[in-house]
Amino acid sequence: MNELQQTAKDLLEKNAVAVVIGYGMGSEPSLRRAVFVRKPDQAPQLIFDESCRQNLAFYVLKPEVKALGKAAVVARTPTLRTLLQLATENQITDESVVALPVGNGSVQPLTNFAAIEQYLANVPRGFTAQEQQELAAIKSKTLADRWAFWKSELSRCIKCYACRAACPMCYCSKCIVEVNQPQWVPVPSDMLGNLEWNVIRAMHLAGRCISCGSCADACPAHIRIDLLNQLLATEAMQQFGAEPGLSVRKDYALATFKPTDKEEFIR
Amino acid sequence: MAEFEPKVVAFVCNWCTYAGADLTGTSRMKYATNVRMIRLPCTGRIDFMLLLQAFGHGADGIIVSGCHPGDCHYSAGNFHARRRWMLFRELLDFAGIDLRRVHFSWVSAAEGAKWAELVNDVVNQVRALGPYDEFPKRLNRQSLEQLCSVEVGR
Amino acid sequence: MNESKIILKKSLGEWFNMMTAGGYRVVGPVGQDGQIDFEPVTSPDAVRFDHVQTNNSGKWVMFPRYEAMMRFRLSGKEVQAGEIPPQAPPTVLFGAHPCDAASLATLNAVFTWDSSDAYFEPKLANTTIIGLSCTKGDSYCFCTSVGGGPGDTRGSDVLLTPLDGEKFLAEILTEKGKSVVGLAPQLFSAADGTSKEAALAKIPARFNHRDVTAKLPSLFPKEDVWKEQSLRCLGCGACAYVCPTCSCFDIQDERDRYTGVRIRCWDSCGFGLFTLHASNHNPRHKQSERWRQRVMHKFSYQPERLNVLGCVGCGRCSRSCPVDMNLGEHVAALAEIKV
Repeated sequence: MNELQQTAKDLLEKNAVAVVIGYGMGSEPSLRRAVFVRKPDQAPQLIFDESCRQNLAFYVLKPEVKALGKAAVVARTPTLRTLLQLATENQITDESVVALPVGNGSVQPLTNFAAIEQYLANVPRGFTAQEQQELAAIKSKTLADRWAFWKSELSRCIKCYACRAACPMCYCSKCIVEVNQPQWVPVPSDMLGNLEWNVIRAMHLAGRCISCGSCADACPAHIRIDLLNQLLATEAMQQFGAEPGLSVRKDYALATFKPTDKEEFIR
Repeated sequence: MAEFEPKVVAFVCNWCTYAGADLTGTSRMKYATNVRMIRLPCTGRIDFMLLLQAFGHGADGIIVSGCHPGDCHYSAGNFHARRRWMLFRELLDFAGIDLRRVHFSWVSAAEGAKWAELVNDVVNQVRALGPYDEFPKRLNRQSLEQLCSVEVGR
Repeated sequence: MNESKIILKKSLGEWFNMMTAGGYRVVGPVGQDGQIDFEPVTSPDAVRFDHVQTNNSGKWVMFPRYEAMMRFRLSGKEVQAGEIPPQAPPTVLFGAHPCDAASLATLNAVFTWDSSDAYFEPKLANTTIIGLSCTKGDSYCFCTSVGGGPGDTRGSDVLLTPLDGEKFLAEILTEKGKSVVGLAPQLFSAADGTSKEAALAKIPARFNHRDVTAKLPSLFPKEDVWKEQSLRCLGCGACAYVCPTCSCFDIQDERDRYTGVRIRCWDSCGFGLFTLHASNHNPRHKQSERWRQRVMHKFSYQPERLNVLGCVGCGRCSRSCPVDMNLGEHVAALAEIKV
C-alpha cells in the first residue's frame, strides 16, 4: 500500500472519518472516477496520478455523501483551495472535513482550515504558461473573430448544465436558470440562451472561481468555458488582487470594493 | 430609406441620474428621443443580466448611469456596481460584444446638461455602428417567418 | 423487399448530389476526432466513416433541442394565438449506426403511443435513414446486450456495410430506401450474395436485457443499490441529451408583457427540477432516485408499457459522463444481483 492508501486506511480504522472520497479506476485504463471508501480494507482502491482531475470538493456538499458522515477528501491543489473558498462562503465549517493533499509530496491529513492555509502557502499558484497562452490567443483575435469564435463554440452547447453540476462553487439550491417568474435565462439552447447562460455562469463565479477546470472537463460538447472563468479570474487578480481560496477570509472580490478602483471607462 | 434610428436603453439609479434626466427635461434641454429609461433604486441593483436582456429584446445600445462615487444614496452601491462593471466589460469584450454599444456614466441630479450630452453622444455613436442585428434576439421577438426558418438545435 | 446491392465509395458523391437535387437535406456525421456530430452535409468528403460514435445522437432531426410550437399576442383585451406548423424538410440521415437507427422505434413508441405527436411524426415520416454498419466498437458499446448488433437492420431504410475501403454492401430495406436508391440506380450493382458478417465489429454481450427487465421491479425498493451506483453522479443532463432515445421535454413560454412563443425544449430526469411540484414537494428528491428512474424507465417501464427497450446500447451517455457513470457496467451489475 502506498502512503495515500495507508493514510486513508488509518483514518478509517481510527474512525476519524466515515468516508474517504478519492479517485479510483474508471471504465477505461486511462479513466479515473470518484470512489467513496468506507471500509479500511477498501483503501487499496485509491489511486492518484495525472489522470485524476475532477474536483472532488463537489462531493463534500452532495447530500447523499454528506449523509455518510465526516469525510476525508483526496485533494489536489485546486480542491484544497475550493475547500477554503467554500469555508469563506460559509458552506463548510472548520474541522468538518479532512483534506488529504496529493501531488506535492507527502500525504499529511489536513484537519482544519488553518492547516490547509499553511499548506497552500508553500504551493506554487497562478496559471500555467499554456493556460495564459490560450487566453492570449483569443484576446489577440479581432472583435468580430472573437464573436465568431464564441458563437461557433456556444452553438454546440446543449444546456445539459454539466458545467454547473461539476462545479463545487455552483452550490445554489436554486440556480438563476431555474428562476422562472419571470424566466431570466431563455430555456432553449439557442444562441441567446447559451450566451446568456455562459456569461452568467462566468459572472457568478467571478472572484470565487478556483480555476480547477472541472467545468470544461465536464462539458460533453468540449466547449472551453473555463476560458471565460480564467479571464475573469485573471482580471480579478490583476485589478483587485483577488486570489480566492487561499485563506478563509470573509470577503471576495465582488462583495467588496476600493474607492480607488479604476474607472476610466466611466464618464 | 429612412436613416436608422437606434434604440438605446438606459438603466439609471433613482437618486442621481433619474433626477438628473428630470432636470434635463424641466430645463427644457433637447436631446435624442432614442433613449428608453429604466429606473432602478441604485446602480448596485442593476444586474448585468438586465444588459443582456436589453440586447436580447432589441436594444442597439445601452447606457448605465448612477451617482458619482461618494454620492450614493445607499453609501456604497455604486462602488459595488463599478467593480462588477469592470469585470463585466472585460467579459463582454472577450466574448466579442462591441463595448462601443455599452456606456457607463456618473450623472448627478444637478447634471441635466451632462445627461443630454451623454445621450446624444451615445445615440450618435450607436447610430454610426448600425443596428445590433448580430446579437441573437429572444424568440418572442422574432417574427413567425423567422421562427419557422430557425435552424433548430442539433 | 430486402435487396442487396454494391455501391462504390467513389460513387457516393454522385448519390449525394442526386439526393440534394431530389430535394433532400442530407445530414451526416462530420467533425474532428473527439467532436463528431450529425450536421447537414453536401458531400461525402466531409462525412466520417471511421468513427465509433458521434458525440450527440442524430435524434435532433426528428426531435430538435428546441422547437417553437405556438405564438401568442395580447392586443387590447384580446389574445391572438397562432400555431407554428411543424418543419419537416425531407431529410436523409446518412451514416447512422445501427444503434441510432434502432432508436427510432423507441422515439416513435413514445411519441405515438396514445396520440400522434404533431411535431415528431411528420419529421419521422420525412426522414430516410441510410445506416452504416459498425466495423469497430469500443468498450462502451453494448448494442448486442439490448437486442441490437453492429449490422442490425432495424430502423434503417438502407444499410451500408463497408466491405473494404472501396465499396459498401447496400441492403435496401424499405420503400423509403428504394426511393433514395432509385435516385441513382446506375450507381448500384448486383451484390451476388456478398455477406457483410466478416466486416462487422465484434461486440460482446454484457447482460441479457430480458432478465434485467424481469428483475428490475424487484430491485426497485433496494435503495442501497441505487444509492451506491449514483454516489458520484453530478445530476447534470449530459446523459439524457446525448441519448438517442431520451425523449423528455419541457414546454416553456418565452414571453414578455405582450407577446410570447411556446417552445418545447429537451429536459432530463437527472435534474432535480424535473419532478419538483409547485408545492415544493419533490417525489424524486435524491439523485439516487433519479438514477433509478433513468434505469427503470429504459429497462423496465418502456419495455413493459410500450413493448420497446429504452436503450440501444450506443454508449454515448457513458462516454459523455463527466464522472464516468457507465450505464452498461451498472446494468450488468444489476443483472448480477441475486434477488
